[in-house]
Amino acid sequence: MELTRRDALTALSAAVGGGLAGCSAPSVDSGTEPAELDGHGVDTLAALAAVLYPNEAENVRGFVKEYASERVRRSPDHGSGVVDAIRVLDDYTETIYGERFADLSLAQRREALQEMPIATADPVPDGTDQQRVRYYLVNDLLYAFYATPTGAELAGLENPPGYPGGTTSYQRGPR
Amino acid sequence: MSASSSEDRTPSRNADVCVVGAGPAGALVAAKLSAAGHDVVVLDAGPRFDPGEHEQRMETHLRPGKTEPLWGMGGERDDYSTSGEQPYPLNAARVKGIGGSTLHWQGMVMRMHEQDFRLDSELGVADDWPISYDDLRPYYAAAEEAFSVAGASDNPFAPPREQPHPLPVFPPSYSDSLFAEACEEVGITTHSVPNARNSEPTDDASACVGYGTCKPVCPSGAKYDATRHIDAAEANGARVLDQAPVQRLEHDADGETVTAAVYVTPDGTDHRQTADEFVLATGGVETPRLLLLSASEQYPDGLANSSGAVGRYFMDHLFAGVGGRLDEPTRQKHIGFNTTESHQFYDREDDSRSAIKLEFLNYAGPAPVDIALGAEEFGDALLSRIREEYGTHIAMGALVEQYPHPENCIRLDPERTDDHGNPIPDVVWSLDDRTKRTIRRANEIQRSVLESLGADIDWVVGPDNTGPTYHHMGTTRMGTDPSASVVSPDCRTHDLSNLSIAGSSTFVTGGAMNPTLTLAALSLKAADAVASRL
Repeated sequence: MELTRRDALTALSAAVGGGLAGCSAPSVDSGTEPAELDGHGVDTLAALAAVLYPNEAENVRGFVKEYASERVRRSPDHGSGVVDAIRVLDDYTETIYGERFADLSLAQRREALQEMPIATADPVPDGTDQQRVRYYLVNDLLYAFYATPTGAELAGLENPPGYPGGTTSYQRGPR
Repeated sequence: MSASSSEDRTPSRNADVCVVGAGPAGALVAAKLSAAGHDVVVLDAGPRFDPGEHEQRMETHLRPGKTEPLWGMGGERDDYSTSGEQPYPLNAARVKGIGGSTLHWQGMVMRMHEQDFRLDSELGVADDWPISYDDLRPYYAAAEEAFSVAGASDNPFAPPREQPHPLPVFPPSYSDSLFAEACEEVGITTHSVPNARNSEPTDDASACVGYGTCKPVCPSGAKYDATRHIDAAEANGARVLDQAPVQRLEHDADGETVTAAVYVTPDGTDHRQTADEFVLATGGVETPRLLLLSASEQYPDGLANSSGAVGRYFMDHLFAGVGGRLDEPTRQKHIGFNTTESHQFYDREDDSRSAIKLEFLNYAGPAPVDIALGAEEFGDALLSRIREEYGTHIAMGALVEQYPHPENCIRLDPERTDDHGNPIPDVVWSLDDRTKRTIRRANEIQRSVLESLGADIDWVVGPDNTGPTYHHMGTTRMGTDPSASVVSPDCRTHDLSNLSIAGSSTFVTGGAMNPTLTLAALSLKAADAVASRL
């Protein structure tokens, strides 16, 4: 399945609300300067998404770039958490593997998530390093994918909770 | 939250009516009286919530991690104790603020049945209401109009009605069709659910767009909440003060009328709001608490409490449920509300059991995102797990009635106080054998349907693990005898001639219908009575 710009905008709508067309100013958080996701940030999230998303998902980097860049910009408080969690993840893999997370092989990235450990960490926005990585990076990307039809439809749910998919799909039988 | 502490929260001069509480009861009263040209002021303990933040609330609800309560409930302001046999998690579903608990509710709005109003005379149990279904019938129609209820007249068990619902019904779900077949096999008739949720756009709100998170938050505003009538009241000229918790009511020297509601503003200043008429609309817990907190020399046991009934006869509905899985898709989690019910077991044949309202859920089991956000495996393994865990769940719920008992009550905790030094409410709650028997009967019916469907049953909520559905009723009950009840049939207190109570605390018995339509009808009736005295 090809992840499209529309998928990314749908994910953004679930995360920071509708009315994105033409938007320019951060509107969700207050009192914090807009954060920015640089190229390395996008690379890191794309490398992480490649572990989190199923193999059949294609154009993961394009999807992540579209979604995460805008998400960080539009939600400065949340965006700061994302940027900080990327640093935490890199610090860990540089210590263990001598390279930043985005530069690891897919197998090493999978291993890192298990060993750090992120897979079993509770998502806590102001928690430990592992908990923050789980909250700001892993669960952000999983939310973007599975709280929208993009990922939920792979399990047979076209209108998942959090997505304004109308009131006809619930009436339909399985395809 | 958009409210600031610098807003003008000084009392209104020459107010005709002071309404305490900006939930559905208070909002409807305020809208109706202000539309009639009366000078109305509304005081609420909580804040004004910004609808622009509802989508953020939705994400907070869907994503584990953030611990702050979605609607700000908790802490010293909302502290409570629970000392009955059955623990009561009071803050789980109530909201203080403009809109009240309708910000959180699911929005099911059905009329109570004719039998609900005459249980003593028909069955020799509990008490009759001093009014009949016919007395309330025009107000039910007005309440349905106010809520833009989407419904159909296909319920063979429903009481008579005069006209169709304001909006067309939401059609049945796919899983409803599975249930319908199984129900037919076991002799159960199903029908639609009236919803306070726009099936079509109205002047007030868009049609439902299927966010699926109705409870605890509707980002689109298609689900009715009481801010609609607060907005209407303000457009009519009413003043609505948020963050203005009323501490006590004061009365005149004769003890015959209320003279002022004393409230505190965020800067710590005490204010006195005077008015010709006062309407208490703060729900089945805070209303009796405020009356008890307003004890005086003349009313040492609490204001309007010469009967001793204030705070007593606390009732809720009990949840009963059975769920399992089929070996075929059930198409759950597209929407957050129900589209099919059965009221076949509602009316009681004798005194052996109370009322049961059966629900067929459209949201059984986890959604893919629920599984993903707690997953310990990722990639293809995660998708496989989601495919395994989502999609074949099925479940039935039920509301079960409990009859009123004086020992179930809201009283003041003698030891603990809130952020203003007032004793917190203590919820004393227990279940009697008849209620437990009725829950068991509900489970039997639910089990028979699921077995007919061929489901593998994997959970049951029965008498031993049941819980409340957060419908607080009965604590300022209605009656004609001032020695046994708190308010008269027009919801005015027996003791104080200018004090009315709007809300489910006036219910004599609770039936097993979600109470908001009935409390809305009673509030509109109370508003008429108040207007006639102004």
